Amino acid sequence: MTRLVLNRQLIEDHANPATVVLDLIRQRQGLTGTKDVCREGDCGACQVLLGSMRGGRLRYQAVNACLLPLGAIDACHVVTVEGLNGESLNPLQRALVDCGAIQCGFCTPSLMMALTGFFLNAETSNEQAAIDAVAGNLCRCTGYAGIKRAITRLCRQFDLAGSPPERRIDNLVHWQILPAYFSGIAEKLSAIAPRDAVEQSPDAVLVGGGTDLWATRPHWLHTQSLAFLSDSADGVRFDANDCIVDAAVTIEQLRTSKLFRQLFPSVTQDFELICSAPVRARATVGGNLINASPIADLAVFFLALNARLLLVSHDASRTVSLKDFFRGYKQIDLQSGERLQAIHFNRTAAQGFSYEKVSMRRHLDIAAVNSALGIEHADGRIVTARLSAGGVAPVPFYFEKTCAYLQDKSIAPATVLAAADIARHEIAPISDLRGSAEYKRLLLRQLIFAHFMKLFPEVIRWEQLHARQ
Amino acid sequence: MYQGQPIAVVVAESESEARHAAARVKVDYRELPSVFDAREAHRQGLHIAPPRIFSLGDVEQAWQTCDVIVEGRTQSGAQEHVYLETQTALVYPLENGGLRVVSATQSPGMVQRIIARVLKLAMTQVEVDVLRLGGGFGGKEEQATTWAAIAALAASRVQRPVKIRLSRSDDMRWTGKRHPYDADFKIGLDCSGKILAYEVSFYQNAGAVADLSLAILERTLFHASNSYFIPNVRATAVSCRTHLPPNTAFRGFGGPQAMFVLEAAIFKAAAALQIDAAEIQRLNLLQEGQAFPYGMPATECRAGLCWERLQEKHALSRRQQAIDDFNASHRLEKKALALMPICFGISFTATFLNQAGALVHVYADGSVDVSCGAVEMGQGVKQKIRNIVALTFSIASDRVKVESTNTSRIANMSPTAASVGADLNGQAALAACRQILQGLKRVAAGLLEIEAEVDKIGIEQERVYFNGQPTTIGWNQLISEAYLSRTALSAHAHYATPGVYFDRSKEQGRPFAYHVYGCAAIEVTVDCLRGIYRIDEVVIVHDGGKSLAPEVDLGQVEGGLMQGLGWMTIEDIRHDSQGRLLNDTLTAYKIPDIHFAPEINVEFLAKDNPAAILHSKAVGEPPFMYGIGVYFALVKAIQTFNPAFEPEFSAPMTPEKVLLALYSET
Repeated sequence: MTRLVLNRQLIEDHANPATVVLDLIRQRQGLTGTKDVCREGDCGACQVLLGSMRGGRLRYQAVNACLLPLGAIDACHVVTVEGLNGESLNPLQRALVDCGAIQCGFCTPSLMMALTGFFLNAETSNEQAAIDAVAGNLCRCTGYAGIKRAITRLCRQFDLAGSPPERRIDNLVHWQILPAYFSGIAEKLSAIAPRDAVEQSPDAVLVGGGTDLWATRPHWLHTQSLAFLSDSADGVRFDANDCIVDAAVTIEQLRTSKLFRQLFPSVTQDFELICSAPVRARATVGGNLINASPIADLAVFFLALNARLLLVSHDASRTVSLKDFFRGYKQIDLQSGERLQAIHFNRTAAQGFSYEKVSMRRHLDIAAVNSALGIEHADGRIVTARLSAGGVAPVPFYFEKTCAYLQDKSIAPATVLAAADIARHEIAPISDLRGSAEYKRLLLRQLIFAHFMKLFPEVIRWEQLHARQ
Repeated sequence: MYQGQPIAVVVAESESEARHAAARVKVDYRELPSVFDAREAHRQGLHIAPPRIFSLGDVEQAWQTCDVIVEGRTQSGAQEHVYLETQTALVYPLENGGLRVVSATQSPGMVQRIIARVLKLAMTQVEVDVLRLGGGFGGKEEQATTWAAIAALAASRVQRPVKIRLSRSDDMRWTGKRHPYDADFKIGLDCSGKILAYEVSFYQNAGAVADLSLAILERTLFHASNSYFIPNVRATAVSCRTHLPPNTAFRGFGGPQAMFVLEAAIFKAAAALQIDAAEIQRLNLLQEGQAFPYGMPATECRAGLCWERLQEKHALSRRQQAIDDFNASHRLEKKALALMPICFGISFTATFLNQAGALVHVYADGSVDVSCGAVEMGQGVKQKIRNIVALTFSIASDRVKVESTNTSRIANMSPTAASVGADLNGQAALAACRQILQGLKRVAAGLLEIEAEVDKIGIEQERVYFNGQPTTIGWNQLISEAYLSRTALSAHAHYATPGVYFDRSKEQGRPFAYHVYGCAAIEVTVDCLRGIYRIDEVVIVHDGGKSLAPEVDLGQVEGGLMQGLGWMTIEDIRHDSQGRLLNDTLTAYKIPDIHFAPEINVEFLAKDNPAAILHSKAVGEPPFMYGIGVYFALVKAIQTFNPAFEPEFSAPMTPEKVLLALYSET
């Protein structure tokens, strides 16, 4: 049984925990403002706000209801557009209407949820951040111009900088962005007694964010016993020279982690390409690795950090190198009863690091090729290099031969050209929807050039690479 | 037959039961030869209908006088509509075998007629009601009908309400798209860049059955010369039968495919003449009185005006200078600017469809209810109808409600398509309002005891005026008195666009009430290291008439442009060798997102248009074609980096094609 507050009301639902919240809302509760459009988290038309008590405070995130299982929302507040509506249009709705952000209206309710999520969470009224917050909402009608106009107006109308997190909900109620009942939600949620721990079946399917499971195997999940992982409290931490990333950390937690940003200053932008805000809010780092897609963005990222995985079972644990973890297409080195606990890497690996991704659509698309390079160097020579790429092999690929070649080489255009040539022979890309094999080979070379040009702009310049081909 | 053709229907209590049962259906079949390519179908003689030819002047003779002649081939791809609401219908059985159908269709009249035919019912027995659609774009003009008919068949059999709703991937695999076109062109010019002759053959991939393909093919011919005057034209078009789902209407309706070919021809000719393509574009823009290849002269022609306004107001020469400076100082990023003039004919080219009906009720409390044949799908037609009615009665628009589109209130309605929803239905609503107004003025004259001077009565801002002076009679009192005096407060009116005709035996006539003109400047930046690109800004001067709803028209230009940009760049429909759609999800088929969207700057020319209601102009489709310019902007940017690149004129210009072009050696 799942107990939740849906908009204004406490409800209990006995549906299979694999049932997605979208079906709860539309079919079982008859609330049709939330739209059923793609059921794989690509269009965002089913976004709802998910609120829960964390750190003694009620926090909300916009998430896609099509990928959100009931089992993951016990004692949460689920808000649909019906839960935002008042007697007249609220200021967000007014702005959407006035600025021409609405044509057919099918994406509008979820756009409202994404915008409200922005106003609940953003530290300042930054337009670019607001655009990122709604970037997971596809609109086929407006060309987005009206949506941008509405965002500009709202960011000028409401100054979030003056609204501290602990007062935010009250401020939004005062601004009439949220209905008054939001002020009583924290109390309502706290009154829901914690569930008794249930013994998990050893072969239960472990569910992190569920964003891939429910996109690809929703029917199968209804037949499985499911074990829902709780939110990661540990997140990212440093231990001596290591950085340890909890496997249950969401991509958004990783993207906004202060420690992680210390190591990777461009991570905020790099990970914006990976997936939309509502997916980042749910998808976990561990899930992306376990899924073992050949173009897994985070697998490629961590491969170039020479990351190690901590795998645990009820009575044992072991460490395996990420590059040995991927055995073949969607094959991984994970025994029955084992689960991925954490990802470790040496912090020095983050010095001299570059991540690249190219896809059909720049944002929120599956890569044609993605790649990462980590380099340690001294006195103009490479000490060690770690190069990875997705989309060029059946697994997220680690370039053993190229890395071996690069070791102890001088940082020079000739080295880069030779490395690109070796890399080209290490891979066996196939022609598929993401691109022809010819394209992927060329693109990999270009991304290798891009890594070196970014990391060593004084030494590796395009003119030199281009002239010598 | 086609890949994805429905062959059986499973009716069940729930969607999941229906899907489980459908998965168990076993089909015995054997494979027959199949073809999915238009040129191959043409080679095999697989045509939907015989070819059509439009011609003007004498092409053969003109070639002799040309200083330069270039030939080439082009390809433009299919495009999925991605209306966010998939195809859906809900049918309730009524007494005496009748049905009430709630359908997500642009053609309620068609759904009614086909269901009546399928179930052998009189059309009176089928009521179709449409409140609004979650997007249409042409994809629900013809293709909503199948699914509504399936639901109606099921509901009539089981005598229970039946709902059908396609999942996203069902919808993508089973319904038609924008027609892919192949084309051959030959263009001849004098040394100044004046186009003397243009010959083009279009091969349209129709899919398995006609659907709207022949009407779309005809519009391809109508727009073969786009916004240019070419004295000698020979345009041939043939609709080729393949085994794909029948392709269908999509914003632009064959026009974009035609315009892409001519722009490619101009681009290639410019290279041969070693001048800028924009120079050829400018030199050949249509002028007042010049004829289209189908015989109609261009009147109120604004091709030149839009072009000049864009050049001047938006300082294109300075913009070009800034681009040249940028390119000179950036090795790995290249910018380019391309211009795209458009000219689009407004009216259904099937002349009989240019008619509409409207029914207006004024209720005793002074509120006004309007029914008409226009379906709201996001294009704002209800807003426009409401404005027309409020303006005509001179009452506050919140007194006016535009009802659902319903076949019991409006008979024999044309589809909401061809950009003319507001033009046709607005005129009908206006005429109905005027009928009621006549009666109201008589009532007012009676109250003022000036019956002989009824023509001096007017209504302004909910008040009766006499001789230009306000009286004490307000709207509410007037309506109340009209009711008590037994005056008609309801009216139905019919409108038929005057003066449109087309003679297919001669391929000549006046098929359009008027044309919409415009010009766009599209600026792009290509990342020459990675082959990715950004559309920086699109500036448009659009010939919009006196708008019925300015915010609606702006949204139509912005949204239409974006779909055109998507068609030319990242929307890449792919099939396997068996005609199965490979990208049947929104994960695999990418439409523009907010990050993709450029800055858009639109200026409307708010000129009079005597040919349409209240001097407005239709707006739905024309802006789509501005997007074509992005293809040529990308090619120019690539050539700045790699002068050896010769474009294949195969759209969309995906990042893959861009990267391969940047590093191609021929």
